Amino acid sequence: MSALPAMKVLGIGAWADGLPDWASMRAFARGNAGLIENAPKKPAPTMLPANERRRAPDSVLLALEVAQAACSDAGIDPASLPSVFTSTHGDLAITHAMCDTLARAPTEVSPTKFHNSVHNAAAGYWTIGVGCREPATAISAFDASFGQGLIEAALQLACDAPAVLLVGYDSFAAGPLSHTSKSEGLFGFALVLGRADGTGLGLQAELEAAPAARAQGPLLKALAANAMGPAAVLAQALACGASACELNAGNGSRLNIEIARG
Amino acid sequence: MPPLAITARTLTSACGRGLAAHAEALRDRRSGLRRNDFSATPLDTWIGRVDGVEQVELPERLMGWDCRNNRLAWLALQQDDLFQHVQGLACRYGAERVALVIGTSTSSIGASEEAYTRLQDDRFPPDLDRPIIHTPHSLGSFLAAATGLRGPCVTVATACSSSAKVFAQAARMIQTGLVDAALVGGVDTLCGSVLFGFNALGLVSPEPCRPFDVARRGLSLGEAGGYALVERDGRGPRLLGYGESSDAHHMSSPHPEGLGARLCMQAALARAGLEPDSVDYLNLHGTATPKNDEIEAGAVARLFGARLKASSTKAWTGHTLGAAGIVESLFALSAIDSGMMPGTLNCDTLDPACGPQILRENTRAEVRVVMNNSFGFGGNNASLVFAAEGFR
Repeated sequence: MSALPAMKVLGIGAWADGLPDWASMRAFARGNAGLIENAPKKPAPTMLPANERRRAPDSVLLALEVAQAACSDAGIDPASLPSVFTSTHGDLAITHAMCDTLARAPTEVSPTKFHNSVHNAAAGYWTIGVGCREPATAISAFDASFGQGLIEAALQLACDAPAVLLVGYDSFAAGPLSHTSKSEGLFGFALVLGRADGTGLGLQAELEAAPAARAQGPLLKALAANAMGPAAVLAQALACGASACELNAGNGSRLNIEIARG
Repeated sequence: MPPLAITARTLTSACGRGLAAHAEALRDRRSGLRRNDFSATPLDTWIGRVDGVEQVELPERLMGWDCRNNRLAWLALQQDDLFQHVQGLACRYGAERVALVIGTSTSSIGASEEAYTRLQDDRFPPDLDRPIIHTPHSLGSFLAAATGLRGPCVTVATACSSSAKVFAQAARMIQTGLVDAALVGGVDTLCGSVLFGFNALGLVSPEPCRPFDVARRGLSLGEAGGYALVERDGRGPRLLGYGESSDAHHMSSPHPEGLGARLCMQAALARAGLEPDSVDYLNLHGTATPKNDEIEAGAVARLFGARLKASSTKAWTGHTLGAAGIVESLFALSAIDSGMMPGTLNCDTLDPACGPQILRENTRAEVRVVMNNSFGFGGNNASLVFAAEGFR
């Protein structure tokens, strides 16, 4: 087992269908409230100018919305934070659109669709939108994407920066691809993390070479069909005041996370 | 940061299989580029295609991951005894103590593209109905299965800086004691998305790319796979520093004053504890697009003195996108080994924007400290500093 450097949660941002912020998601996870009727169908992050908001794919709107909410919750200038964007698939609807055009008329590929198709599209729009020149990364580890994102954020805190933004997000699949690569709806979960100082909400994680136990709860159930569903394990634990949870870290391993409230 | 040892490495690209083939190609100024014979729909350009990828046969136990990108990943893994070195690492430290941090831009999206040309009742054909090959982590997942490594396994996909950033992430893992060693690298293969995507952006050259030439007309795309083993100690050159930054400017064109490029080069030097004057050779991103080269040359001229020699090797391999970081880091390391700094192939008339740093001809010198730049879409930048073993 290897212990990761201890972290402090400085801010939380969340968005899912019917749960358009952390307050509504927390209430839902505790079983105190249902999905919000007439909630917006997709996020509209105010940091993007209207024309950029139209060009940006749903996955990017989602990632930026939760990133902005987490920074705002933390009261930290987004431009000062290095960021770790983690997503299982990036944007399956864009992948579908690219493959569909390539199969029919390759020379008609849209330049905007192409630059939106890179896995670091959300990281790019984010750093441009908030004027951030700090490092940004974009990773995937399939169903362990959130766990690996949390590891990278902890390592950046230990080696490089006093605070880091972690953004996990996945969106819905479309077209023929949706029968093979499955993901439904929108779910994004973002944390601004700092170095632990014994106060506030603390996370102490260790990596163990054993698979994570299957967690349960209303939020996990509601988000199970989304490829970022595994991040709901931590969201559920934070919402319900749990003292521990296990996150899939991939490759047969898990993160044992202890949650402390100082 | 504490220096880390690069204890084994290998490279497969359009120039050939293994380090020796690349050293020869660099020495003889033999390009791996050919006229585009890859895309089903004609596209008038030159590409760096790896011979024989189609004939690679994966072992039966790995057939679930079969696709062009993972075949290239497997082919590259077999060169320079890299596979045996990885097994040795797993024995020495334990498979759980070795991380796998791998870069790619498009991973195996070529398989998704193919599925759309062979749909059956609006679904993927059975042979391609495998979720793992239609997602970015196809590559990391394949390599975990192929090598048996059981440490943290992650795919970094920040476009063209991907396989430079893997060194930074692996360095953090080792520095914090999460693991003892890491297999890093990058694999990207030619596919319709990148050929026709860069074509849509007007960035593809109809002739072999000519980095830093005044008449350059854009990039030549390529494919490659390369790996390095990173350990706390051992024989081999050292990783002294990494730098990462964002342009905060535009999704597909670089910051006009090269601000992000400057920030990541400075950050890499700072982590290495070196002044710009200490660097002997810099392998540039040098894509041969009009903007990249002008802006990168300007940023280099402002940061470094005339002592630095710098070149782009893209005219040998093409722009290998998510593999560019590993390909060009290994080219920079080969300059330490051979004492030969590659010039910039196909650069006949230097752009006047270039400072005295840009090399056209291969040049012999004692090379102790080298750097590599990799810049990606979304303004995502990485620089790495390496040095000869025993530099300090």
